[in-house]
Amino acid sequence: MIYNIPYLAVVALILIGLYAVIFKRNLIKIVIGITLIESGVNLFLITLAYRQDSTAPIYHGTGSRLMSLPVPHALTLTSIVIGVAVLALMLSLIIHIYRHYGTLDARKIGEEKE
Amino acid sequence: MNIAIDMDWLLTHSPALIVAIPLLGAFITPLISKIGDSVRNAWAIFIVLLTSFFVFLLANDILTNGSVRTYVFGGNTALINNSFAVRILFEVDGMNAFIAIIAAVLAIAGIIYSWSFMKEHTGLDKYYTLVLLMIAGMFGMILTGDMFNFFVFIEITSIASCALIAFYTNKGKAVDAGFKYIVISSVGALFILLAIGILYSQYNALNMAVLAGNIQYTFLDKIAFGLLIGGLAMKAGIVPMHMWLPDAYGRAPSSVSIILVGTTLAGLYGALRMTFTVYGNSLLTATTNKGDIPLYSIIGAIIVSLAIVTILIGVLMALKESDFKRMIGFAAVGEIGYMILAVGAALLALGTTYGDKALTGGIFHIINDALDVGLLFLVAGAVYYVTKETSLNKLGGLARHMKYTTVFFVIGLFAVSGMPPLNGFASKLLIYQSTYQVNPILAIVAILCSILLLAAFVKVFHSAFLGPKISKFEGAREVPKSMLIAMGFIACFIIFFGLFPNIVINSIIEPAKDAILNYTSYIGGIIP
Amino acid sequence: MISPEFLYSLLETLRTGSGVWNPISWIIVFVVAFLVVYIVRGFGKEDSQVKGEKAKVFLSGNPELEKEKMHVGGSNLYWGFTDMLSWVYRGLDKMHNGNVSDYIFWFVIVLGIFFILLGVL
Repeated sequence: MIYNIPYLAVVALILIGLYAVIFKRNLIKIVIGITLIESGVNLFLITLAYRQDSTAPIYHGTGSRLMSLPVPHALTLTSIVIGVAVLALMLSLIIHIYRHYGTLDARKIGEEKE
Repeated sequence: MNIAIDMDWLLTHSPALIVAIPLLGAFITPLISKIGDSVRNAWAIFIVLLTSFFVFLLANDILTNGSVRTYVFGGNTALINNSFAVRILFEVDGMNAFIAIIAAVLAIAGIIYSWSFMKEHTGLDKYYTLVLLMIAGMFGMILTGDMFNFFVFIEITSIASCALIAFYTNKGKAVDAGFKYIVISSVGALFILLAIGILYSQYNALNMAVLAGNIQYTFLDKIAFGLLIGGLAMKAGIVPMHMWLPDAYGRAPSSVSIILVGTTLAGLYGALRMTFTVYGNSLLTATTNKGDIPLYSIIGAIIVSLAIVTILIGVLMALKESDFKRMIGFAAVGEIGYMILAVGAALLALGTTYGDKALTGGIFHIINDALDVGLLFLVAGAVYYVTKETSLNKLGGLARHMKYTTVFFVIGLFAVSGMPPLNGFASKLLIYQSTYQVNPILAIVAILCSILLLAAFVKVFHSAFLGPKISKFEGAREVPKSMLIAMGFIACFIIFFGLFPNIVINSIIEPAKDAILNYTSYIGGIIP
Repeated sequence: MISPEFLYSLLETLRTGSGVWNPISWIIVFVVAFLVVYIVRGFGKEDSQVKGEKAKVFLSGNPELEKEKMHVGGSNLYWGFTDMLSWVYRGLDKMHNGNVSDYIFWFVIVLGIFFILLGVL
């Protein structure tokens, strides 16, 4: 049972992130929700790689112990970099929106009137 | 220098060159734009024409031979000691080549159009860099054979598209549309990554062909299937997740909108690839828990019901809309509904002749819809360039000043609503007659909504082009030559596809349909 | 490339499952019919528009403004049709309000429906 706790944490992170995106009105809270979902998915990828009593997949030159799988570590690094780029883009767009509208309420900004 | 050896070498390496050339061109563009404006324009069209040359070379080889080409990054073969090495593979079969042709045509038209459409804006070196990056990401999404690589290219395309949608930073609405697009695209892509993680954890493979060979329909596979189809349907614009499409298409510059149509179709291609190839084995053999209903009937019923709602909502919202480009966005949503309707009807009637015809009509409609909606976006951009207005309430009487644009708009109007003899009629006739045999109500809804779409665009024609002279537009002139050349380029394709549909179907559509129905040939490209 | 088989294949008809469609024959019939109509129209009277006093019957007593103000365009067209469907448009406008949280909410609803349908059925 104790080895399932990371998976429960993944589901909890994704659900909290979805709650923040759907039910919060402030644009910055929506961006924080997206970051939470991304953290949950990255945690899921890392948890897949773990084997019991294993160490990091780096060769030290002396002896060999059991190592966790290296491929999900590479996928997670790529995903973290993509997440950083998307976060920077979203925050710079929020700066432009605030300069133009003066408010950060998603309901007032989203209306169709110019 | 022997030309024959060079052709063979080019053909073997073309899947990698198609993605690498726009990527390299995108990174060199800021340096070249320091030299001058016309050098930068020439560099952009040179890169796109070189990429299109490789696309047509590859497509010619695949569509005439019916073979599957693979390209292995980082090694010579995909197998080491009869087990799979961790390598990224690009695998190109008939369906990939077909969508790549559409993307190449749209990219050429977009770049030629944006020479004079964007001439008076500043920051154009960043614009051309982002457009070339978007084209590179789009081709990567189409040609790849690896699931995680697909996710990376989706993210590249969505970041570049978001920056281009928010190009008019002096107005607030365009930046807001860009923000909405990146939020929706990001959430969809993260759920796709969750599904890729679930599939990797079960089969220890990220390759689409290896997954297609090994998949059994366990409970976790069902979850992954739902997440994949949901995320990719959100990127393709299927109701009820379509609401970002009119916002994003309506606020972007018109030359960006036509390439965005290409990326939306690449997302739709991803959904088809997941359904028919990766889960192809379980589509045919798995049955449901309750009775003996095979899985393809359930998936077909779900897709058909989503398609009917998509067509109805897209057309009804287009009828009421009074902004020119938002209306074309809603019409694009409705047209995607037609493609999905044909695919769903083909799944419900798998194996019969009218199922085959339905899938042929659906795939033919993909290329017709891309060309028609692209031409309409270019005309909307031309009207905006001359009058600086997008609202239909303020336009009027433009046919006196802009004769060629009016002719192109009439061609686009007849093509998108399925009037003979243009290409919309040929593909819609196939869809009507095959879905009628599945269930008559589907054909009735499809024909009715075609007529409503014609009504919506006749409203645009009457408001914007006919009518008396408006004194505000006294000095309006015809648009510059490069915009007319881009519109004429697409209109030539539309007229050619309409007058000779058989050539197109026999040479391009039939190999794509055979490739997508036949998942074992996709697996056979890697595992011999 | 231009061979007799290629030229013959240009004129082929498209066979759907239950019908045929040949664009070249359609164009020939259309052009012939258009010529017939054009010739018959040429036999009509020139300059038969109603102007002035006779036109007031068609306007039912309203004053005739200059042409720019008499043009019905934009969102005034199809008023009857959209007014009849106003109950549909009330619901649809609430769906398209531009709020990004509501868009993701629809996505979660569709995901939930997919999971229920794929898992139970």
